[in-house]
Amino acid sequence: MSKEIVIQASGLTKFYGQILAVDHINFEVEKGEIFGFLGPNGAGKTTTIRMLTGLSKPTGGEASVLGFDVSSEIVKAKRYIGVVPETLNLYDELSAMDNLLFMAQLYGVPRAQRRERAEELLKTFGLDKRKESLFRTFSRGMKRALVIAAALIHSPEILFLDEPTVGLDVVAARSLRNLIGNLRQQGITIFLTTHYLEEADLLCDRVAILVGGRIVKTDSPRVLKAAAEDESVIEFSFGRETSGLLEDLSNKLLGVKIVAVDHDKVRIYGGTPTDVYADVFQFAKDKGMEIHSINSIKPSLEDAFIKVTGLSPVVMVVEKGGR
Amino acid sequence: MWRDNLRGIYSIALKDMKTYYLKPPSVSWGIVFPTAWILAFYLRNPRGFEELVPGLIAMTILFSTTAAEAVVINFELRLGSLERLLLAPISLPAVLLGKVLGGAIFGLVMTVIVTTGSLVVLRTCPNLLHLLIIITPSLLVFSSLGALLCVLVKEVFEAQTLLNLPRFLMIFLCGVVYPVSAMPERLRYLAHAMPLTYTVDGLRRSFSTTGSTMVFADALVLIGFFLLFIFPAVKLLCKKFE
Repeated sequence: MSKEIVIQASGLTKFYGQILAVDHINFEVEKGEIFGFLGPNGAGKTTTIRMLTGLSKPTGGEASVLGFDVSSEIVKAKRYIGVVPETLNLYDELSAMDNLLFMAQLYGVPRAQRRERAEELLKTFGLDKRKESLFRTFSRGMKRALVIAAALIHSPEILFLDEPTVGLDVVAARSLRNLIGNLRQQGITIFLTTHYLEEADLLCDRVAILVGGRIVKTDSPRVLKAAAEDESVIEFSFGRETSGLLEDLSNKLLGVKIVAVDHDKVRIYGGTPTDVYADVFQFAKDKGMEIHSINSIKPSLEDAFIKVTGLSPVVMVVEKGGR
Repeated sequence: MWRDNLRGIYSIALKDMKTYYLKPPSVSWGIVFPTAWILAFYLRNPRGFEELVPGLIAMTILFSTTAAEAVVINFELRLGSLERLLLAPISLPAVLLGKVLGGAIFGLVMTVIVTTGSLVVLRTCPNLLHLLIIITPSLLVFSSLGALLCVLVKEVFEAQTLLNLPRFLMIFLCGVVYPVSAMPERLRYLAHAMPLTYTVDGLRRSFSTTGSTMVFADALVLIGFFLLFIFPAVKLLCKKFE
């Protein structure tokens, strides 16, 4: 049985002046799945969400959400979609309850159901005890939760989440991921953007890896990781800063990809393991360095990302300030 | 679709009243400033107060509608709150009209207070229908002027600064304190290019027993000004989301 496609993009393109932000991307999102857009800052993730939700007009190509063309019928589609932008943009001067009631009114939730629906969401998100508190008094995690609640007030069929866990502490981020999983179980299709590889791996049924405005690969994390398994990945820890050594090491080890991990480790992709061990031992000896540990790595989505994009995963952390 | 838009306009106007307009800075700009201004003229010449009342009402309309309108849109653009409104199933013109209506409703509340107070002091009864015919489009005109100047610039303070120019020009040139008919010819032309002239003229006629046709003519010109301000404001806001 063929799956129902709820979001479709074909040749979708966006220029900001002379700058190409999204470059002829094609993808489809199936009903009920969690589809992730994975890429570093500036890859075009947010721009794509803005085009799909009517906040920005595509320069070229086509896209539809629930069969509604985003260029001409987006207002109709908005009845059925919820959007959680990266910015926490509810109203500081309104209480949690008033924010939700305003959103319910704006989305045409029948008057008789508004308060009940808002109460239900506040309870789901653990905010019911603070429902009369002003939005500005909330912590960042609570604000994010309320923004998501606001996006769900009209029971949307599709939820767009732009970098949902950015700025959240570990506990809040984990709780939010659980919640996203629960939403999927309720049948809501979720389109999320993230630059956190482990988040995409944990949550998404399929991911599209976006670099420089182009989709370089779309598949399930499992398939992407399996594709990375056909080459060896060995991680060496030198117990000292490795960034200055990468060039020398690259000259020593030919035909492999070397990526700095943390500050004291390098990960070497490809090559024959015995040759890699021998060359790195020799390199360490020549440099008078100690090797603190060696690990043969089971490919993660991060490894798949490196293989597909050729980028270091560090760019994902550095460009957003890390966490 | 039009139902969604009407509901959106109404919801946004009410929300803006709650979040922005019923706050001390808006109330002070909307009511204290025109009152203080007129009081200064009254103290100078208490016998001529009756003549100042249409000007006082006109200034209340001007300052109360533009008090927050000129900052609300840019403020929300910066915070991303305006985007939240645009994510709802309503059109962009409806979002802007909601903002304009919020300013107009606040202006109406302030104007009713000032007008009622003035009528009690003067113990006169103007033609209430004429007052309504002039005040309603005037509120929309100045609220949409605030919206237009707001979307013309990027920063909140730029909008306030930009708005002060037409506001103060209109106070001096549109017959608030000095009759347009007594001005030099060139200034008269300039005065007739400004909407407050028609508001003041219409209000003066509402307080007199003559010139009902001219009240309707003033109202029509004001509707023209509203359209003149609102269309480019919508266009400019659309441009910000291209």
